[in-house]
Amino acid sequence: MTMYDFAYSRPSSLDDAAAALSAHGEFKLLAGGMSLVPTLKLRLARYAGLLDLGGIAALNGIKRDGDVLVIGAMTPHAVVAASAEVARAIPALASLAGGIGDPLVRNRGTIGGSIAYADPAADYPAGVLGLDATVLTSRRRIAADDFFTGLFETALQRDEIITAVSFPVPRAAAYAKLPQQASRFALVGVFVARTAGGVRVAVTGAGPAVFRWRQAEAALERRFEPAALDGMALAADGLNSDFHGSAEYRAHCACVMAKRAVRAASS
Amino acid sequence: MPIVSMTVNGQPVTAEVEGRTLLVQLLREHLKLTGTHEGCDTSQCGCCTVHLDGKGVKSCTVLAAACAGATVTTIEGLAQGDRLHPMQEAFREHHGLQCGFCTPGMIMSAVDMVNRMGNDLDAHTVREQLEGNLCRCTGYHNIVKAIQAGAAAMKGR
Repeated sequence: MTMYDFAYSRPSSLDDAAAALSAHGEFKLLAGGMSLVPTLKLRLARYAGLLDLGGIAALNGIKRDGDVLVIGAMTPHAVVAASAEVARAIPALASLAGGIGDPLVRNRGTIGGSIAYADPAADYPAGVLGLDATVLTSRRRIAADDFFTGLFETALQRDEIITAVSFPVPRAAAYAKLPQQASRFALVGVFVARTAGGVRVAVTGAGPAVFRWRQAEAALERRFEPAALDGMALAADGLNSDFHGSAEYRAHCACVMAKRAVRAASS
Repeated sequence: MPIVSMTVNGQPVTAEVEGRTLLVQLLREHLKLTGTHEGCDTSQCGCCTVHLDGKGVKSCTVLAAACAGATVTTIEGLAQGDRLHPMQEAFREHHGLQCGFCTPGMIMSAVDMVNRMGNDLDAHTVREQLEGNLCRCTGYHNIVKAIQAGAAAMKGR
């Protein structure tokens, strides 16, 4: 497969990248490229140029800052999965990162790229929304609740660059996913967290974009145990339906995954 | 067109590439290092696995221009002269291949696995960690045995 050709540049600072992005409206940001490059190979998208963020060291790294864990946008999944700092603060996030794609994809794919791309079946959006994280960009802070706006759509402006994601450390959290057998994307993935602001349940893979399952949150707020979700069904209306699974199947699996996540978060 | 310089198997190389040139194309077409295979071309099969700055990656999904200044190791860079790398030797010893097409990627992925997870790998771990490499002959049984043996043989290297 041959991509349409494009200009390539690799700015060495965030300022240079932001300036280049403002100057070239038709350029696209490249992070790890694990989704973007296949998209270009299939000619599903075409850009005049790519701005590779791989040369900006400041975007890479993990640090604990009081009650929050801050993960740089260009931090690869493998680094998050293996990080002692993440394992101490939010083990569910390390486990989520360690289950993305395959080891070779995890060596290259990044958290910033994943959430900017906003694939409806990606894992990270569930963690970001479930943990009530804040997306830090070159110009502002965006709450997770406002970030994912639709199918492959986010609140990011065209010339805005994600710099990091800030995760408040939860009391407990877990992620359970039913992977699509070939791609390992989430057929349905559910991230459950007990946060300072209450219980949050984020569902990925099931709908056009990650979303919160409010009914489950309310039930778990009253009683944080798998049985609290007994008899509860996610409405199949508007959920994804394809040859991997019908909307009804995904709705059913969301409840099963939510229970598994609650069990794991309780242990 | 971008001009990229990098180190491939210990040798400095410089090439003029297009923005869209993939690392696998640079390796195979410019440098004639055809040991790295292009299988599915959709980042699923892992036949094109090489090490980029010491980490296993699928070279069909990495832009060549993005590797400027990097260190790349391909299957051709593992052996030392006539002496096979312990992982290559283990694949030979345990017949960890049938048609052989996936083998370069399997071996590069296996060495990455050992680098990440150590020398003592149980079969279950190896199978899980091989998620990104497909063998269409379905010869996994001996591949897993070879990787376990190769991992042990790499101890102390």
